Amino acid sequence: MSESQITAVSAAEWEDREKEALYSASQWKLMAWRLRKHKLALVGAAVLVLLYLMAAFAPFIAPYGPQQRTPYPYFPPQKVYLYDRDTRSIRPYVHGIKKERDPDTLALRFSEDTSTKYYIRFFVQGAPYKLLGLFTTDRHLFGVGPDAYVFLFGTDSTGRDLFSRTVRASSLSLSVGIVGVALSFVLGLILGSISGYYGGVADSVIQNLVAFLSATPTIPLWMGLSAALPPQWPVVKVYFGITVILSFIGWTGLARVVRGKILQLREEVFVEAARLAGASSARIMFTHLLPSCMSYLIVSITLSVPSMILGETALSFLGLGLREPAVSWGVLLQQAQNVRTVVLYPWLMIPVIFVVVTALAFNFLGDGLRDAADPYAR
Amino acid sequence: MSQYIARRLVYTLVLLVVLSVVAFAIIQLPPGDYLTSYVTLLKAQGQAVDQALIDALRRQYGLDQPMYKQYLLWISGFFRGDFGFSFQWNRPVRELLADRIGYSIGISLVALVFTYGVAIPIGIYSATHQYSLADYVFTVIAFLGMTLPAFLVALVFMFLAYKYLGLSPGGLFSPQYMTEPWSWAKFKDLLSHLPVPIVIIALAGTGGTVRVLRALVLDELRKPYVITARAKGLKETRLILKYPVRIALNPLASTMAWLLPGIVSGEVIVSIVLNLPTTGPLLLNALLAQDMYLAGSIVMFLGLLTLVGMLLSDLLLAWLDPRIRYE
Repeated sequence: MSESQITAVSAAEWEDREKEALYSASQWKLMAWRLRKHKLALVGAAVLVLLYLMAAFAPFIAPYGPQQRTPYPYFPPQKVYLYDRDTRSIRPYVHGIKKERDPDTLALRFSEDTSTKYYIRFFVQGAPYKLLGLFTTDRHLFGVGPDAYVFLFGTDSTGRDLFSRTVRASSLSLSVGIVGVALSFVLGLILGSISGYYGGVADSVIQNLVAFLSATPTIPLWMGLSAALPPQWPVVKVYFGITVILSFIGWTGLARVVRGKILQLREEVFVEAARLAGASSARIMFTHLLPSCMSYLIVSITLSVPSMILGETALSFLGLGLREPAVSWGVLLQQAQNVRTVVLYPWLMIPVIFVVVTALAFNFLGDGLRDAADPYAR
Repeated sequence: MSQYIARRLVYTLVLLVVLSVVAFAIIQLPPGDYLTSYVTLLKAQGQAVDQALIDALRRQYGLDQPMYKQYLLWISGFFRGDFGFSFQWNRPVRELLADRIGYSIGISLVALVFTYGVAIPIGIYSATHQYSLADYVFTVIAFLGMTLPAFLVALVFMFLAYKYLGLSPGGLFSPQYMTEPWSWAKFKDLLSHLPVPIVIIALAGTGGTVRVLRALVLDELRKPYVITARAKGLKETRLILKYPVRIALNPLASTMAWLLPGIVSGEVIVSIVLNLPTTGPLLLNALLAQDMYLAGSIVMFLGLLTLVGMLLSDLLLAWLDPRIRYE
């Protein structure tokens, strides 16, 4: 037997093994393989993991508290120097800030005080906070110590650090999507499966409701409902009210997916077999039908999270959603409503980047999942 | 066909009733009825409160009656053209809406026409030139358009236009035409202000429609009759426009059902950001001031706009595709 023959045999064997793996793989494994080929979806997933980590560890990452005022209103994003010429080493630092008043307009003017230098240090002590709501600590990821400030994204009208505020805002903004989708998931799942499984009057009532909700323009409806939240409510209550309003209108997409899939699956042989074996309706629904459309549900969920996040952003931006002292990206963008302010202090628009990146990442991931959701196609 | 039309009409009527209940709920949801807010406002301004006037208003709006009677009173007012009273403006809601609803409808319709006008050629081109550079570019733009929220696009646009072009792009008219009566010059001024809001409002719908049409045309292009026609020597442009496109455009009529709500939603929020004289900013102000008859009426009218749009698209679809009529 020559050498080339051996490799030929093993190559064929290898191919067989690969095929075998493909045939015996579970649906979830096939989906994972498919998803891995979708590069943009992976990028989206990675970005989302980073964003949610940022939200979870927000008080640790943010050097200052979201309401901590400093004597530097509308300070532009600070220059961070990476290379220290004096010591000839790579050690990031910022200069101190000189504050002057313009003699004519009396406006505040800032300039760098190049004589002072503050090195950026890691795990510095700062304001105490509760990490993950569990233990209290006063360590922050980075800072320049108590003598100076570092403003990566600049400050707002009252001198609050925009970087800290943007990071802290991510907790509310990103969780609105998850909580809202969880609520609409429950609604959509229950109503969609009732509609698909039982049909009849229940189906036509629910379908009319879905048709109505998807035929009415969402933003005016959201606005109208959120105006009913009393202004004196505490932040937590308003937050919950907003998510309820968002999911109250957002469940229709999920219900439609569930209904369509269940209508299709209801006629399958395995459902009939289960019925003949004496399984109850609830058992058929929860152990046979719903798991079969789980992959489509995940796609639908992924694609509806960003619309919830954008809904909250829009409502808060308009002043109908969350309000100070709560911080969400929409609340931060309220300061950017006036175009003249924005042109003078363009860094107020930085939260837009976070909103857009989040929305894009969710959509990339959802797109990839949609392609992967039906691994038996083709 | 007439049976189908009748069925759709009844169906739309049912949805309209649901819509009116929702709009009425929005009016009722804030704590306290609207006269209490009105009295508080008057007192806050230090004005004398005329108890006789309050009582008269209370009777007129039936605020002393049970909820369902209030609803019936409110909804029957709609048929008489009486939508309630705005205490914030101290004027009937009808007068306030008359100025603005026309702009809302006009902008929404132009945005709808723009959506189809741009999306159809691009969708066909993308399908016939699948995986070409232009197809990729259009795909990316469509994706961005569908993902980015209109109000952020409007905000960023305002910023860029003001910063680099020195334009203040808000509004529909230049200041000198704001209070002028209609004239040719004013109309031209309006036209010069329209493109920006229209493009921003239509962006999302255009992106979605391009994707739908591209998929529909691609499906048709793979069918054997296309190959047959090509084998018989039919010219490519003629072939594509006459058969696959003709078939792919049919289901596109049904996209109006989701396009219109999106456009109306976008119109509201983009109008607020760009300060257009439509119902959007009026709605926001009404809600912030808890001027609920005004807010509820605007929600009602915007919903009405999309429901009527949906009815028209259903009828159009039935006219185009006979299979639907006999379902």
